[in-house]
Amino acid sequence: MARAGLSVVLLERGEFPGAKNIFGGVLYRKQLEDIVPEFWKEKGFPMERHIVEQRIWMMGKESVVTFGHRNEAYKQPYNCFTGLRVKFDQWFADKAVQAGAIPVYQTVATDVIREGSRVVGVKTDRADGDLYANVVVIADGVNSLLGKALGIHKEWRPDEVSLAVKEVIALPKEKIEDRFNLEGDEGVTIEFMGETTLGMAGMGFLYTNKETLSLGVGVMVDQLREKKVKPYALLEAAKQHPMIRKLIQGGETLEYSGHLIPEGGYHSIPPLSGDGWCVVGDAAQLVNFVHREGTNLAMTSGRFAGEAIVEAKGRGDYSRASLQSYDRKIRSSFIEADLKKYKGMHQLLKEQDPELLFDKLPHALNEAAYQLFLVDGLSKAQKQKTAIKLIKDAAGGTVNLLKLGYKGWRAMNG
Amino acid sequence: MSESISDKLFTIRYKCDDVSHLIIKERDSCLKCAKKDCNYFCPSDVYEWDKKQKLTTVAFENCIECGTCRIACPYDNIEWVYPKGGYGITYKYG
Repeated sequence: MARAGLSVVLLERGEFPGAKNIFGGVLYRKQLEDIVPEFWKEKGFPMERHIVEQRIWMMGKESVVTFGHRNEAYKQPYNCFTGLRVKFDQWFADKAVQAGAIPVYQTVATDVIREGSRVVGVKTDRADGDLYANVVVIADGVNSLLGKALGIHKEWRPDEVSLAVKEVIALPKEKIEDRFNLEGDEGVTIEFMGETTLGMAGMGFLYTNKETLSLGVGVMVDQLREKKVKPYALLEAAKQHPMIRKLIQGGETLEYSGHLIPEGGYHSIPPLSGDGWCVVGDAAQLVNFVHREGTNLAMTSGRFAGEAIVEAKGRGDYSRASLQSYDRKIRSSFIEADLKKYKGMHQLLKEQDPELLFDKLPHALNEAAYQLFLVDGLSKAQKQKTAIKLIKDAAGGTVNLLKLGYKGWRAMNG
Repeated sequence: MSESISDKLFTIRYKCDDVSHLIIKERDSCLKCAKKDCNYFCPSDVYEWDKKQKLTTVAFENCIECGTCRIACPYDNIEWVYPKGGYGITYKYG
């Protein structure tokens, strides 16, 4: 918008952009490149490590079944990379400022200002802090108090959000490279599920940064509440798991943080625009939790909103009808397609006993793998039979396992 | 590695306001509440039931501004806004 000559104000409640922001840690090249071409060539670009390998771990009590993919092809150009928000957000916001946006920090947007059905600005917590604008882009994150003030979504339900807690753990560069089998700026991501969420729907992550690791665990808030487990106790338990402990040992915790993740999926997306406003990113529930993608959906929705507003400016019309070009851009992009594909996932996770998917099955899988690889004199045919029985029993019998497989397939291909 | 929550919170820089941005709306709702869920789900131990005074104490200066309590209080009894501009947490890494 600033590049197109519009006058833009960037409101931020923290001391600087990123002061209040945390995420797991993965940023995606394609969607950032659409906004800042060839950003990776820039000196001082705040990348931690570009990812050459992604691992998925199913945790047993003191075991793991692993699945993953490493490929040198992810290097040219990068597929995705890790980052830390305090550095990244300042770099990113600076791009807007360089283009002419006016930064206004340490200022909370507390409400929208309306004239009839039109949004004409925001109230802030500064003295005489009312700001008027043709369009307000609501980008105030998962809690989106502006979205609530506007009435586009009511309060999220506890089963629509996850709480993730994270630590940034310092380790020498050489240790990280040795432990994760890396050269230079290469990095690895690990997502883990099973034992580490104590039977709750959720996942953990361990990402490599330059000289730190980002370790976190997130679970659905309704289940966390039900279990009466302290969120940081989950993180501590994950640290004790032998697979994690050996990767982080000797590390020093530099920072603890916590954040809600909108995980309601397709059906939780609120109206995206109206007279004088658009809503983007987490504030619009634009998170693909199956693929732990969020930053790319946020950036792309922000870009679409910017483009739609520039077009609206050309027409001199900031009405709902005019700004609907933002909705259309979202609807015809990967954002809508991906969230629609997984639209049944939220319901599946709600209906299924979380113990089955996040406790019994991962444990059965680990036990089956243990038995298969154990050489103890039993015949291979017996071992195969035992392994299959373990999985079937965990699901409550063959019919239930097939039903679950069918439901899972449907949920992932809605 | 920091294991206790006080060690963990010590890693975050806070600029505390004099007044709380978190307000318990009705003391009676906490009295009625059997489970005291907020004593558990908060990632920075803001809420604690004080048996003697029979009220929920609010250590707002510990708050990491995640919003869980706003959504998860079964009585919807917590008025939640952001700290004033520039106040509250400032992450060093994020």
